[in-house]
Amino acid sequence: MSTAPAPLLELRGVSKRFDKHLDFAGRIARKLGSRISDETVHAVDTVNLAVAEGEVVGLVGESGCGKSTLGRVVSRILEPTAGVRFWKGRPYAEYDKAADRAERLAVQMIFQDPYASLNPRLRIVDIVGEAPVVHGLIPRREQAEYVAHTLGRVGMDASLLRRFPHQFSGGQRSRIGIARALAVKPRFLVCDEAVAALDVSIQAQVLNLFIRLREELALTYLFISHDLGVIRHVSDRVVVMYLGRVVETASAAEIFDRPNHPYTQALVAEVPRIDVRRRHFVPIRGEIPSPLDPPRGCHFHPRCPRAFDRCRVEAPQLREVAPGHHSACHLNDRPS
Amino acid sequence: MSAPLLEVEGLRMHFFTKAGVVKAVDDVSFRLERGKILGIVGESGSGKSMTGYSILGLVDAPGRIVAGRIAQNGRELTTLDETAWRKLRGNRISMIFQDPMMTLNPVLRIDTQMIEAVQAHHDVSRDEALRRSREALVRVGIASPDERLRAYPHHFSGGMRQRVAIAIALLNKPDLVIADEPTTALDVTIQGQILHEMQALCRESGTGLIWITHDLSVIAGLADDVCVMYAGRVVESGTVDEVLDRPMHPYTRGLLDSVPSRNERGRPLAQIPGMTPSLLKLGAACAFRERCPRAQPDCAEAPLATRPAPGRTLRCLHPTP
Amino acid sequence: MHDTTPPAETLAPPAAPEPPVESPWRRLSVEFAESKLEIAGLGRLLVVVVIALTAPWLSPQNPYDLAQLDVMDSKLEPGSPSATGGTYWLGTDDQGRDMLSGIFYGLRISLAVGVASTVLAVAIGLVLGLAAAYFGGWVDAVIMRIVDIQLSFPAILVALVLMATLGQGVGKIILALVTVQWAYYARTVRSSALVERQKEYIEAARVLALPRSRVVFRHLLPNCLPPLIVVATVQVAHAISLEATLSFLGLGLPITEPSLGLLISNGFQYLLSGKYWISFYPGVALLATVMAINLVADQLRDILNPRLKR
Repeated sequence: MSTAPAPLLELRGVSKRFDKHLDFAGRIARKLGSRISDETVHAVDTVNLAVAEGEVVGLVGESGCGKSTLGRVVSRILEPTAGVRFWKGRPYAEYDKAADRAERLAVQMIFQDPYASLNPRLRIVDIVGEAPVVHGLIPRREQAEYVAHTLGRVGMDASLLRRFPHQFSGGQRSRIGIARALAVKPRFLVCDEAVAALDVSIQAQVLNLFIRLREELALTYLFISHDLGVIRHVSDRVVVMYLGRVVETASAAEIFDRPNHPYTQALVAEVPRIDVRRRHFVPIRGEIPSPLDPPRGCHFHPRCPRAFDRCRVEAPQLREVAPGHHSACHLNDRPS
Repeated sequence: MSAPLLEVEGLRMHFFTKAGVVKAVDDVSFRLERGKILGIVGESGSGKSMTGYSILGLVDAPGRIVAGRIAQNGRELTTLDETAWRKLRGNRISMIFQDPMMTLNPVLRIDTQMIEAVQAHHDVSRDEALRRSREALVRVGIASPDERLRAYPHHFSGGMRQRVAIAIALLNKPDLVIADEPTTALDVTIQGQILHEMQALCRESGTGLIWITHDLSVIAGLADDVCVMYAGRVVESGTVDEVLDRPMHPYTRGLLDSVPSRNERGRPLAQIPGMTPSLLKLGAACAFRERCPRAQPDCAEAPLATRPAPGRTLRCLHPTP
Repeated sequence: MHDTTPPAETLAPPAAPEPPVESPWRRLSVEFAESKLEIAGLGRLLVVVVIALTAPWLSPQNPYDLAQLDVMDSKLEPGSPSATGGTYWLGTDDQGRDMLSGIFYGLRISLAVGVASTVLAVAIGLVLGLAAAYFGGWVDAVIMRIVDIQLSFPAILVALVLMATLGQGVGKIILALVTVQWAYYARTVRSSALVERQKEYIEAARVLALPRSRVVFRHLLPNCLPPLIVVATVQVAHAISLEATLSFLGLGLPITEPSLGLLISNGFQYLLSGKYWISFYPGVALLATVMAINLVADQLRDILNPRLKR
């Protein structure tokens, strides 16, 4: 792996913090003795992530883990509060204005809600065709033809160009969202729970579309989902997050066959499977803590069945436990 | 032989809209015995939620039940008036919704709401109602119930709210609980907890449970029997083992095959082509025929519900072998 | 076994036959036309508008042309014959003006002032509201504080002070009405825009690196319009009432361009001496106009409210 090319997209030490400062009234209340204070959410806490060209990285975790925030940092909707983002080996800050814009278009996002992600007042031809025209990728007079071609790519009929989003089903709107992203010829797609809101049979169709597009257009994906079954199916590599931190990363096969971190183990065990009948659910106890007030030390220790003293005070670092398999757990440091 | 806990026969519920008649529930039949769990599985537009609402008489205009029987312990429900319903709902039959905020009032404290739910059906003192509420919260696995009772819904996470909603549903020890996708919006680890609790509760108290979901794997782990619905009709039903291991209807087969864990990693998933038809212009013919790989010309006639084996129903002229 | 990869499977359009193209505006008019009550309300409003537009041609007499007035004809009852052979259907006022004509002309002025002031106020409120929502931070704080201050003064008070300072005239009253109204729109647009701004299609526009102005005007703005349309329609009625009040109090329009309010004011002194028609009929006209507008606004609000989707 020493002479491997630079990853297509890389995040080093990236954190994203949301601060909610008290307004004027709040500050007065605090002076008068109220116990409210500034709120800080560490949505993403010092994450390193590298995605090689052509790879599909699955990002999985439950509510509050920060995966959606991380997705938005990668697609540049949000700026990180710490850390550096690299594209093709160079930090974004080094790109000049024109190159920066080109790189913005190279990373596109597919959203979760097929109903809210399309502008209800625009026709499909404008939704899909607006950005390529605005950025000069195609001349305006070719817009309709280009959109028709792009829609064909995602399996939709070109005759539907002039319709409005409300005339389509959820699965079709998903496809329109994908067409919109494809229209600017991206290299990298961030799929933020892109199939979560779809029916199971439509989900299979859209997932197949992603797989096909990956081959046809040599795309790279960051696939964000809470559904382990889907992640397992489409990903080459899996990154597991809990409360803003990466707890484990490994190849997809490895992480399901030999999960190392107790949280990953719990997640893998919890996934309901069709073959398992009338199972005796043995859930992991406790609630997911609020990101406003994460536990000290290892974020997972209050719910971890194997937590010990060190877990309560020291946050574990990601360490390699097998080739290409990293896990952040103090248990790995103990002699077995 | 005593009447089953719930028997639904030939239920039809239509919406009479300006655009036409929407046959949301079209000839649905099943039975549920005490202490058993029935899963109703389907995608959006399959009519599964509407079946649940129909059982509880919660269907408002422009929809109404046009045909069929719903009998609970032998008592016919479709002909009840509102007064009779009020005694029944929240007492002998209760419902858990997908969004816990459909159960919880955001401006009232939890104890207020729970006490209200008890006192609406039982003539007990406030203290006794509070005691029962506390007990219900403990039963659904909520630690420190006294603290929770004094809080408002917005203080809780989604999973906790759903637990409270379940506690309210179980408060008056109903005979039947209908759960409409209660864990769909929750995290997998929280879902696991709630499934565990529901399972235990049904075993202990003999409450019948109808679990409505689109997730076959939840049904696999939780339910005893299953009904698969498509376009308002029950296309297949039977015990969970039978239906999931030996599916007969091509739709059930297609659903099972398209689950990622059943497919080879990285390869395209087996998929059902096309989309659910609109319920508006649905004729008597098989609604699945346009998407079905086994469709024949005679599928344009109405496939009636048949009994290929004891306890099994099927609505298909050309089932999978 | 099911097919695994259909080549480029094309999804047929939804099964039920539907109009080929259905813009949101077409949907709106179709829904509006569905109820007879709503059509009746709209019809009434159209009558008012038509009268206002065609007043010079419709009126039997030009009430402002002093040469046509005959003081001998003053204070005649409704239905009395006029000197020129016609009939004063609604009587005359103290100057001999035909009430019917006066009402037609008055409607014209009232409606013009109401609509013009609303349109201008909407334009100003829209820009400021959008700016506040999109930029946030101190821009939002400054604009909203100004809005708060503006809205804490009673409208009539501000209008009175302005009119007293500026004097009478159509332009001045429009200015006063705009000053009093823009804040409502700014606030409405801002809350709408704040909600829309969180939606994923706005995020998508940003990921597509569309210029900010385009995102605001082409994506954000059209989706903030529905509540604005409802508020604006109601406010037209409100502006008309406000102007009538001001004119009634003598601070609005001059007697040479009387609005309905001024007509009512004019006849007020005769109300108790039996010559009711000089105040009464303009009052009825004002009431009918305001009601018609409110009815249409109500229907619009119900149709445009997504939660009430039928």
